[in-house]
Amino acid sequence: MKQIMLAHGGGGEETQKLIKELFFKYFNNEILLSMEDSAVLNINSKVAFTTDSFTISPIFFSGGDIGKLAIAGTVNDLSVMGAKPLYLSCSFIIEEGFPFEDLEKIVKSMAEELKKTGTLIVTGDTKVVPRGFVDKIFINTSGLGKVVYEGVSAHNLSEGDSIIVSGTVGDHGVCIMAQREGIDMQTDLISDCDSVWTLVEDLIKGNVKIKAMRDPTRGGLSAVLNEWAESSNVEIEVLEEKIPVKPQVQGLCELLGLEPYVLANEGRIVVAVSKEDTEKALEILRKNPLGKDAQLIGKVNSKGKKRVILKTSYGSLRIMEPPAGEILPRIC
Amino acid sequence: MGKVDFLKDFRDKEKILAISKLIKKEIDRPINVMEVCGGHTHTIMKYGLKQLLPQEIDFIHGPGCPVCIMPKERIDHGIVLCQDEKNILVTLGDMIRVPGSESSLAKERSKGKNVKMVYSPLDVLKIAQENPNKKVIYFAIGFETTTPMTASVIEKVLESKMKNVFFHINHVLVPPPIKAIMESKEAKIDAFIGPSHVSVITGAKIYKDIVDSYKTPVVVAGFEPVDVMESILRIVRQFKEGRREVEIQYTRAVTWEGNVKAQNLIKKYFEVRDEFRWRGIGDIPFSALKIKEEFSFLDAEVVFKDILPNKPIDDHKLCICGDILKGIAKPYDCKVFGKACKPENPLGSCMVSSEGACAAYYKYGNLEVYKQ
Repeated sequence: MKQIMLAHGGGGEETQKLIKELFFKYFNNEILLSMEDSAVLNINSKVAFTTDSFTISPIFFSGGDIGKLAIAGTVNDLSVMGAKPLYLSCSFIIEEGFPFEDLEKIVKSMAEELKKTGTLIVTGDTKVVPRGFVDKIFINTSGLGKVVYEGVSAHNLSEGDSIIVSGTVGDHGVCIMAQREGIDMQTDLISDCDSVWTLVEDLIKGNVKIKAMRDPTRGGLSAVLNEWAESSNVEIEVLEEKIPVKPQVQGLCELLGLEPYVLANEGRIVVAVSKEDTEKALEILRKNPLGKDAQLIGKVNSKGKKRVILKTSYGSLRIMEPPAGEILPRIC
Repeated sequence: MGKVDFLKDFRDKEKILAISKLIKKEIDRPINVMEVCGGHTHTIMKYGLKQLLPQEIDFIHGPGCPVCIMPKERIDHGIVLCQDEKNILVTLGDMIRVPGSESSLAKERSKGKNVKMVYSPLDVLKIAQENPNKKVIYFAIGFETTTPMTASVIEKVLESKMKNVFFHINHVLVPPPIKAIMESKEAKIDAFIGPSHVSVITGAKIYKDIVDSYKTPVVVAGFEPVDVMESILRIVRQFKEGRREVEIQYTRAVTWEGNVKAQNLIKKYFEVRDEFRWRGIGDIPFSALKIKEEFSFLDAEVVFKDILPNKPIDDHKLCICGDILKGIAKPYDCKVFGKACKPENPLGSCMVSSEGACAAYYKYGNLEVYKQ
């Protein structure tokens, strides 16, 4: 079996071979191929810039892999700022002995994810470290996007605004947790890992006034809503029965004593819009396959409370606390 | 019969509201209900059930969380055991976060010590097979619910003649702390809801003495909101009708006798300890289990006795977990609740475990108090 050797990161002939025969093959574009020390880009607009590092276990999971995640994650961070993703950098830190075949699978899946938004990887780096120094493979991606919609901010929420989520929550978190722990779910549940730019683009093209928008990754829905409540100094009320959760996600959460609202998502958006724009936003989101399960889950109640309240279907209320610490299953 | 949908049928809005109405209509006196198990505390807080009940019902949170009641010196045992690089310490869930006297298993893990968290005790066997040159010590915790699983791992270890697995047993029993609380007469408790998962194993019969001795109804309840509400209704009716009984609400899996096979498995390998120190409560006689002497070659407390400390260590002096576990204080009565003591940095055991009363109050909040 062909493996990644320390020499692949040494900067010599093997590195050149890896770059040309693997990365160029899949990330093929003129800027990258020019092989200069920096990519020279031409963007005549306000620019959004973001970076993220990806480490995940297992690296291949149902619905995606670390490569797909590394593209979607950064593309989504740009998207939710109203920026069209254009260029990415990509940096690999690989453990010596990593199967070449797996690296190719990852790179191929990155290339496929890039195609969805027409984003290009224009610069990159590869380091190979001795066994045990990293867990298989870490990927860092940074991204530049052209801001096409301005004014999206966590500080914008005001009384009466609607809170919309683009699809079911917790799918990614549950998939990863189940696979990591070897829990055989016997279901077809896959991670929601995906690039959300088209959803955002649809909303912008549909003239929806987006007040706040986030991709609920680590910390899940609860983290996003609590951050908004804090930043905008408002109370947000969500209706438990309206939050879309797949039965198999709910089931595993019950089993482990977790809540789907704190689990990570990798292909969802949470959007705050004014009351008047609610129906339009829902209609637009639902037309896109990525947003077919979009739901209005709650509203902004009033100023000054800085908290998120969850209303159960029986009318009782409780605080939806922000997630804290390591997510651990209950014992009994 | 149609298929039972556990998620829908036992959270059904109409059912819950109907039971809520009945309770309000039928209650004829104030009733303090102790939910023995942290799982019930969690359900009550998570679904805001208190808001659906009349003011006459007050909940008192009991000692039933295996993590909360673990004294610091026993956590220190785990910490000592994982210092030797030839050992692998294995435990369940949030046990790894509980602070001992100076550290926690999570902190030791971050320092590179070999601490593994598993979802099922059976994983201990796999870890031991994969690490034949290491001593794998299972730090077993839990009430009667998780004990049969530990017993079954012991059985498998003996059958397969594995020589590198040891057990640090911290299995505790439900009835003794209830008796200790009632005997102390500090808490004013009129009735109990008992955890269904314990009685799936032990049967509902374990509560007969308690009802006979203290005239407090005990209803063995499931953990879904409908289960808890229905159990409260049953308690209200017992008082209304002048009855004091053990009742099984969770008839889905609980019988009077329980799972005799599991009980026999427990009896085969475990015996009752003369005494066990409960965090915050103190020594309670006959309240925990240990491995029978004939299997002491598997007992980590025997095998590693030379290195295990045994001096009792008190809780943080500002922490009132002991009073909370005894039912004489609520989390909000604690000066450090939500301030110096939070889930990410717990001072006391009730904040550590997601089953703990403080963690449930902190996580789901009590809107009435937040409003103040």
